[in-house]
Formats: sequence, structure tokens, C-alpha cells
Amino acid sequence: MLNTISLGIVITLMYSAPLIFAGIGGVLTERSGVINIGIEGMMAFGAFVGAAVGYYSQNPWIAFLAAGCAGGSLALIHAIACISFRANQTISGVALNFMGSGLAVFMSRMLFNGATMTIPVPKKLPKVLGGIEFTFIMAIIAAALLWFIMYKTKWGLRLIAVGEHPAAADTLGVNVYYVRYISVIISGILAGFGGASLTLSVVSNFTPTVVSGQGFIALAAVIFGKWTPHGCVASCLLFGFAQALVVMLGGEGSIIPSQILAMLPYVLTILMLVIFDGRSTAPKASGVPYLKGVR
Amino acid sequence: MKDNTVYAVQMKGISKYFGDFCALNKVDLNIKKGSIHALLGENGAGKSTLMNILYGLYQADEGEIFINGEKVNMKNPGMAISKGIGMVHQHFMLVEPFTVAQNMILGNEITGYAGIIDYNKVREKIKELSDKYKLYINPDEKIEDISVGMQQRVEILKALFRGADILILDEPTAVLTPQEISELIEIMHKLVESGKTIIIITHKLSEIKQSSDTCTIVRRGNYIDTVNVSDVDETELASMMVGRSVDLHCHKKEAQVGEEIFKIENLVVKDSRGIEAVKGLNLSIKKGEILGIAGIDGNGQKELVEAITNMTHTESGKIIMNGIEIQNKTPLDTLNNKICTIPEDRHKHGLVLDFTVEENMVLNGYKKENFSKNGVLNLKYIKDYAAGLIEKFDIRPSSCGKIKARSLSGGNQQKVIIAREVTNNPDLLIAVQPTRGLDVGAIEFVHSALIEQRDNGKAVLLVSLELDEVMDVSDRIAVIYDGQIVDILDAKDADENKIGLLMAGGGKDGKK
Repeated sequence: MLNTISLGIVITLMYSAPLIFAGIGGVLTERSGVINIGIEGMMAFGAFVGAAVGYYSQNPWIAFLAAGCAGGSLALIHAIACISFRANQTISGVALNFMGSGLAVFMSRMLFNGATMTIPVPKKLPKVLGGIEFTFIMAIIAAALLWFIMYKTKWGLRLIAVGEHPAAADTLGVNVYYVRYISVIISGILAGFGGASLTLSVVSNFTPTVVSGQGFIALAAVIFGKWTPHGCVASCLLFGFAQALVVMLGGEGSIIPSQILAMLPYVLTILMLVIFDGRSTAPKASGVPYLKGVR
Repeated sequence: MKDNTVYAVQMKGISKYFGDFCALNKVDLNIKKGSIHALLGENGAGKSTLMNILYGLYQADEGEIFINGEKVNMKNPGMAISKGIGMVHQHFMLVEPFTVAQNMILGNEITGYAGIIDYNKVREKIKELSDKYKLYINPDEKIEDISVGMQQRVEILKALFRGADILILDEPTAVLTPQEISELIEIMHKLVESGKTIIIITHKLSEIKQSSDTCTIVRRGNYIDTVNVSDVDETELASMMVGRSVDLHCHKKEAQVGEEIFKIENLVVKDSRGIEAVKGLNLSIKKGEILGIAGIDGNGQKELVEAITNMTHTESGKIIMNGIEIQNKTPLDTLNNKICTIPEDRHKHGLVLDFTVEENMVLNGYKKENFSKNGVLNLKYIKDYAAGLIEKFDIRPSSCGKIKARSLSGGNQQKVIIAREVTNNPDLLIAVQPTRGLDVGAIEFVHSALIEQRDNGKAVLLVSLELDEVMDVSDRIAVIYDGQIVDILDAKDADENKIGLLMAGGGKDGKK
């Protein structure tokens, strides 16, 4: 029994790590006023780059950082499109989702003899403290850091101001575009880390279905967590737990059909949203391009 | 006037276009160091645009800016701030979920180690400034919870906090009480004594006379003149601004008062924080009269209006219209009982800014016959209907039917709302701060619209923070203090001092 519980915790934390990385990235960009639906694509690209670099370099740390750069570079495209050229953020995000997943599969075929999946990495990221994935520790540290920056420092004050009332921030000398660029790029880096947390820790190689909607679950966690880092982490843990349940209750001899089990995380979200106060607290300027000189 | 040629601000030949529209056409502005300089003009004349250029929010298409004799290419507000320019905007630039303290320090944070904000120091600083200028601001209150008047003070304090040498005040007194205005003017004089320069944008001619040394007049983007304020009188200023002679007082016939139509009994309403804001208020309005509510901001006016319009629910008491109780119903019930409202915040509650003027014109009637059938809008009819109102109410530009409400000037936005609400033919028209931020010409229009409504035998409830307006337009004046009506006076024998005293709570226990 005790073993089952500790196994459950370990699996929950393992599945939570990618979600937390991607989720707090989502919190960051939405608080700055840019919706990033492309997190899924950034995760997919990060997952591939992590797995590929991990295979060639044989060093999971270099691979992890490379995955961050991969996610960040996709995010840069999103930033240029949405901030500088004021493109529709939803459309840009959707395009990036296709682009991220597409690039990952395309490059996989180029580098791995036409296969859409990579060869497993020789060395995964380590586990610590009796089996807890190190990615989870890093994700929690990143979330805590974001919380601290948002609520205790001047950068956080500026970030939130830009997402709520960019014109006010602008009149006080805060560079709205700069804040948004940095936020979007960092969110991409975090999404890349999230992808690598899948291919360098949960599993050991990239497949086209390895991300399969985790970026969207992370976005749900952003909303469910009311755009706060701590709320987002809590909901990511909940989703991670639901995924762990799917794994632990499923398998051979399970009395519940696996399809029903797989619905668990989503049903859980809807239930929780209904039970708890659903008052929308979205940043006011989220999704609205900022243009100087508009009344 | 001091006879020196040190100019704090010089703007030479400034032009600015928004698309094809020429907002400013080669405007010059010279402001002497240590003076209070008024910038006068109608809404849409380009005053705010000119100041936004000085503050780096817009870039001029032509022209040069000199600050203390040094040519500056004002690229952004950060640059303006570094040159010692501070601006208080007409539409508040406050982040609503932030506290007063957070708004004040944004962009100019007081930090300790590693960028961590030192809120204790911030509070000290706010207390120091708040005490010095008698603004009574609580640093830990959220902006969304405080009144418009209080928000205004936060804006002023924000600029003071940045230690600006040149202060631009865009309509700073629009929401202040007479007492607060004279306090503000005192502060302005103090600031100027300590070497600062103030540019004040205002439509209130009496304030220019009271506060300013010089005055520059702009009209439709063109520079008209710069005058010494002591050399001209208010009527001259008004006609220079409008380009024709204007009457500064409204004329009205004797009121033909009918029976009582609207009544409030022992009304209790809580504010958004759950504190009682209206505390057992009684009021009655008759047909054919304008009842004005005078009071300092934050004495329950907002909650009273929200209760009547069913934007909030009441704790107890009755609101009776034509014999029907309407409290704790829906806004639609208010409308169906023939109560229409010109709301305080025209951007938030009066218009959908991104809708066209046509669409805004039918916001309260789109379900009516003619406007729609089986849920499909009759766009042709709506277009003609709106065009009729645009002509009747002289909304400019005259072909604005398909233009978004956002791009109209404040005065014309207000005209859209008035056209819509008055045409709905209400038995009771509620007007909350109907002339806030409007110029002389537009104020004239709004006031005559209210009086016309009264002369047609309808009831009008005017809620305004501007005592002059209440005294000028109303037939009876109810003074609100601390959630109650402390006295009701006939407008004919009301005098400013007496009402001012009542507004400040002086009559609550004693006189009444």
C-alpha cells in the first residue's frame, strides 16, 4: 500500500514537471498581454531537439538547454508576429503549433534515416530523493522564481502592468514591447524545457505523439490557476495526478476501459471549474496588441 | 509676468496627422519657466494631442521641441520623465487591480536588493507626499475600489512622486469639489513658487482666471493666440476658444412641476467592499423638475445610481417609479419603467467603443419593432434612424454613422448617448456627471437637452460633483453626505457656501 502511494506520488510529479514548465511559461506570457496558444508546438519542437541533441551529445544537460533554445526560437517568431506586426495572436499560435510539430517530425526524418521517432538517448536526466525526477525539482524552482519576480520585484510589477493597462505602463516609461518580447521568449524557453522533460525524463526518445495535447493542458492549467504561478502549479499537479491515475488504474486486467480513464484529467478540470468560483481574472490586455497613439 | 526669456518648454511648428485627419497644424507653444500656463480649446481642438507629443506618447509629424532651451527629440514617455516632465492624463492611466502604492511606483520603483520592492519605504514616501499636499490617500487601497475623485488624486500624486519640474495637468479638476479645486490651485501656486512649471489643460474658464498666468488658445488644430490671463475676461476667452460668442449661463423657464413620479424610501445599498454606502436615503422627484444631487465624491452617489439602474442590489428600502417597485430587478426592468441613464463613465457604461455610432444608437432598443424582426437587425432602418439622430443632435463628423464610437471626441460621444437616451422618451432621465470633460459648447448642449426634457414635463435626476453645474441647472438641490440626503434646497435660494458646508457634513446634526 505504502509502495503504491509513493509510486503514485513519483508518477504524479514526473507527469507534472512538463506541465509546470509549459504552464508557468503560459502564465508569464499571458500576464504580459500576449496569448500563446503555440505552447504545444514549442513543446513538441523542444521535445525533439532535446531527444536529438541528447542522442548525439550523450549529455542530457546540454540537450535540456538546447530544447529551451529551440522553444525560445519558435517563441521569437510568435513575438515578432504578434508584438511587432500585431498579427492575430490566436492564428499565430495555431500556425506555430503546426510548425513546431511539423519541424520536429521533418528533422527527425532527416537525421534518423527517415524515422519519425528518434533513437533513445543513452543518458536521461537524473532522479533524486528516492525516484523523484530532477525535472520536477527544476520546474518547481522555476515556478517559485516566477512567483517571486511577479509579486516581489519591480520587473513583476511592470509585467503585470503591461498585461493590464499597457498605456499606463507606457506613460510611466515602461517599454511595453520589450517586456512582452522578453516574456514571450522566456515562455518559449520554458515550453522547450517542458518538451525536454518528456523526452529526457518521462520517456527517452521523441515520437510524434509524445506531447499530444500537453501544451493545451498546460494552457488550461493557466486559466484554472487564475493566471498565477502558484495556482498554475497546483492545477498542473492535479492534471499530473490524473495522468498518474490513468497509468496506475489502467494496464492489463483493469476493470475500467482505458478510454474512459483517459478522459479523467479533462472531466476533472470541468468539475473543478464548476465547483470553485469561476470568476474570470484574465489580464485585461491579454490578446490585445499594443499600438501607441490609439485613444 | 516676470520679464525673462527662459522657456521651460518651447514647441515650434508642431503638426500631427491621424491618417488624413490633421489634428495639429503648425502649432507654437512657449511656456515660461515658473509659470502656470493654461491650454484652452474645445474637445478635439488638439490640446491633448499637443501635450501627448510633449510627453512622448505621440510623435509629431513636423516641428521641434525644446526643453529648457535644449532641443529634444521626444521619443517616448521615459525620455519625457527624464527631462523632468510629468503628466496627469484626462483618462486615468491607472492599473485597476494594483494598489495606490503599486500604481505610484510603477516604472520608478523603490527597490532594495535584487529588484525587490521596498513597500515600507514606498508607504513612507506616499504618506509624506499625501500629508504635504493634503490628499489623504491610503497607499494600500486598490484602484478598482476607490472613487473617481480619489483616482484623480492618485494621478496627481504619481506625477508629484516623480518629482517632475514641468507638470502637465490634463483636465485635472473635472471631478473635484469646489473646495478640492481651490486646494489644488493652492498646491499649484506652491509648486510654482518652488520653481516648477505647470501646464494646465482645462475648459473651466473661471479656473484659468484663478490659477494661470498665461493662456494659449487652440481651435481645430490651429494656434489662435497666447494671452496674459489678467488682460482678458472669461467671455473673451470663451469666444476665442469656440470661434463665436457664447453664453456661459443656461437660461430656463419657470418649472411647471407636476405630480410625484419617482420616490426612494429608506434605501440602503452596500458598495463593492460590502460597506454601507447609502444609509437610509429618502428622495422624491416630481414631473417637470430637475433634481440635482450635490455632494463630494464617494458619499454614496455611485451606489445610489447603481441601485436605481439595477446595476447593484439593495439591502433594504424601496425605489418606486410610477407606483411600481423596481429595486432588485434587472437593468431591463429599469428601462421598461421608463428610466434612462446618461452614465458617469461613458466609455465603460455608456458606449461600446468598438461599435459604430449606428450600433451604439440602438443599444437599448435593438429588440424593438422596426430595429429588428425575428432576431434579424433591420440595418437599413437603423442606418436611417441613426442618421436622423446624428443630424438632430449635431454629432460630428456629420457622416459618423459607420465610424467607431472610440474615434469620436468626448463631447460627441456624450451626444451619442444623450441622443439615444432622450429619444427613448424616458419619464425619468438620470444624468450622472453629464458634462465631465466637455468643453463650453458641448456643456451648453447637454444642459439645454436636460432642460428641454424637463420642459416636456419629464423628471430629471442630475448627479454631479460640479457644484456650479448643479446650481445652474437644477430646480431643487439635494445635498448628499455620508449616504444620506442631508438637506433639500430650492435652487433659487441656494448659495454656494451653504451647500459647500452641507456637502462637507456641516449640516447633518445641526441645521436640519
